[in-house]
Amino acid sequence: MTTDDEKQTTPALRFGKAWDYAPAPETTPVPLRKSYGLFLDGEFVAPRSGKTFWSINPATGKRLARIAQAGEADVDRAVKAARRARDGAWGKMPAAERGKYLFRIARMIQEKARELAILESMDGGKPIKESRDVDLPLVAAHFFHYAGWADKLDYAFPGRKPRPLGVAGQVIPWNFPLLMAAWKIAPALACGNTVVIKPAETTSISILHLARIFQEAGLPEGVVNIVTGAGEVGAAVVEHPDIDKVAFTGSTEVGKKIAAAVAGTRKKLTLELGGKAANIVFEDAPIDQAVEGIINGIFFNQGHVCCAGSRLFVQESVADTVIRKLQDRMQTLIVGDPLDKNTDIGAINSKPQLEKIEYYLKVGKEEGAELWQPSCPVPDNGFFCRPTLFLNATQSHRIVQEEIFGPVLAVQTFRTPEEGIAKANNTPYGLSGGVWTDKGSKIFKVTSKIRAGVLWANTYNKFDPGSPFGGYKESGMGREGGLHGLKEYVSLN
Amino acid sequence: MNPTQHDTEQTSPAVDASPRLGVLKTYKLYIGGKFPRTESGRYYKLASPTGEVLANMCQASRKDFREAVVAARAAQGKWASATAYLRGQILYRVAEMLEGRAGQFATELIQMGAEPDAARAEVACAIDRMVYYAGWCDKYQQVFSSVNPVASSHFNFSVPEPTGVVSVIAPESQGLAGLVSVTAPIIAGGNACVVLASNAQALSAITLAEVLHTSDLPGGVVNLLTGDRAELLEHFASHMDVNAAVYCGDDPDQIEKLRTAATDNRKRTITRTRKNWLADDAQSPYDILDTVEIKTTWHPIGV
Repeated sequence: MTTDDEKQTTPALRFGKAWDYAPAPETTPVPLRKSYGLFLDGEFVAPRSGKTFWSINPATGKRLARIAQAGEADVDRAVKAARRARDGAWGKMPAAERGKYLFRIARMIQEKARELAILESMDGGKPIKESRDVDLPLVAAHFFHYAGWADKLDYAFPGRKPRPLGVAGQVIPWNFPLLMAAWKIAPALACGNTVVIKPAETTSISILHLARIFQEAGLPEGVVNIVTGAGEVGAAVVEHPDIDKVAFTGSTEVGKKIAAAVAGTRKKLTLELGGKAANIVFEDAPIDQAVEGIINGIFFNQGHVCCAGSRLFVQESVADTVIRKLQDRMQTLIVGDPLDKNTDIGAINSKPQLEKIEYYLKVGKEEGAELWQPSCPVPDNGFFCRPTLFLNATQSHRIVQEEIFGPVLAVQTFRTPEEGIAKANNTPYGLSGGVWTDKGSKIFKVTSKIRAGVLWANTYNKFDPGSPFGGYKESGMGREGGLHGLKEYVSLN
Repeated sequence: MNPTQHDTEQTSPAVDASPRLGVLKTYKLYIGGKFPRTESGRYYKLASPTGEVLANMCQASRKDFREAVVAARAAQGKWASATAYLRGQILYRVAEMLEGRAGQFATELIQMGAEPDAARAEVACAIDRMVYYAGWCDKYQQVFSSVNPVASSHFNFSVPEPTGVVSVIAPESQGLAGLVSVTAPIIAGGNACVVLASNAQALSAITLAEVLHTSDLPGGVVNLLTGDRAELLEHFASHMDVNAAVYCGDDPDQIEKLRTAATDNRKRTITRTRKNWLADDAQSPYDILDTVEIKTTWHPIGV
């Protein structure tokens, strides 16, 4: 670690006003509505419950739109509609036609990508450059990828005749609202299932605009049904007796409850849960590239990423250099308006999430780790958090063991590859990991020793519809993406 | 008691009036490549359908199970990093050893109630099943792997890796063929396992342990316990250093109990409800797929 003397002789870069960008807000008009109903059986309808709740713009703290609160009766309507569609139009449709609907949906998403990106940033707080350049392209690509699988499933499972499961009940999180919807809906539909899906209560808007695309595409009614609301709506979906398949992305804590809830049922289950990924930097790594990867690994989407590289392991011989460069780079990050095209770190998704992150900042300090933040300005209103490093963290610190789901990076060092691997694997999670070195053989050795489902070598947080994603250990079960993602939505018996 | 242990009676020369006393086998557990008794000191009488006592079997305890998990964890890494070719040869060696002891296995199955033809068919099936999975050891990876055509400049591939330590509640019927059919795909995939054998047909399991022990299978890769399913089921599912639990049977209460107890460390649970383990469809590479994890690696392409 850097001593105090070194800190004084190695001044952090001071850019002053030179880095102040003029505001560059995204101004494309969007068809935001004042209120949104449930999407049941092909139509937007008022909830039987009669209840609604507000979706908040986390960058301002102000109300954005009124969202329908589904009750159990609404969930039941949704499941019944999905069952009718499964037994009717969708179930009887030739697979190639099913695929053509998905192709059509993918193209319409591309056409409306900009407005969907803006809605995503307004409702969820993520920087427009990410929703525009990462989320939306991947959403369209995911539908496009699975569209082509619909009539080719026999080739995915040698020796088996895959059949659809029936009605899939899906519950998705708020960090990538549309992308998670695509990850869930596209493979389910390609395999011939119908869907009841519940978005997170803080991010309902974009998926309801996706529903408008389903309508425009002429997707038969009941094939996708969307019920909005908080956790109890998700529980009603999971526990509904006529659901054949449960797919959940979210916290490990909730995932365990869902697993227990379906334990005595025939429901097939996939879970994409939490993570505490190790990003391991070896002394022979391309350091500047690694620093960019560390930044992307933890500050992408405000760190609201289950596969975020939230534990940094730096080989001791280069630790001082890496940390100094990391701090210099962090000084240049722009925290602010998600709709500004220059923003690097947008708003924390909700007030409770900001409070959770701030709680962990306090815990980290109390445990003895050294907190460091850049001096960047943050907006007065809304929910924002500066990018944060915890130096001198240890394996037993809660900030090292527990998922924070925010822009907080715990830094540790190691001497030998064996030590780095052992420390990286000292976690109940196993979703992802990163390895930085210029030596190819070392990459394959280390990536094969890390007990996690996705490993990035000299890169981080890359996604593709053809690339299977999912965790080992307590990070979940099952894969999403590519051929392996199909298995979760078919019966092979 | 046991004909195989009394069969010297007829061959003894009649020099002495008293016949030679057969040597009975003590059936113990198989943990970490050793044959310990249960630490609990408990046993249950294993009897033939006609009521003849065949052996005093160990009634394994939770602590025996935990010891076995420690042994399995210790063995798993090395077994997983053995070459697929070597794993295949060792599984094939198990089949060779099984074949050499075919008579003994058949005799034991008959003692435990099987008709002679059925016993011989079950032994033949167990041997052939081991050969089947020996052949899969270096092939399932190719069948279940993929190179993924991502839209960025990366070499992206997905390969199966062992899940780790697997606990197994073996089929209660077909004590040999069932046991081999559930265990072989697990070890073919590079996992280590702790298996609770059939309670009523436990002789086959411990004799199988002797086969495994003489087949170059590293100690700890397969650990075999005998005991009470209802007592051990929950521990098999709840142990925090077990990565997956395989349950054979169709008792809905036991399945729910297993899955509920498995939630704490998000253990994978696999339920096998097959009745006839001698059937052709009781073997499949998809059974290997159940206890592997798919790992995806992204590697940049550039100069």
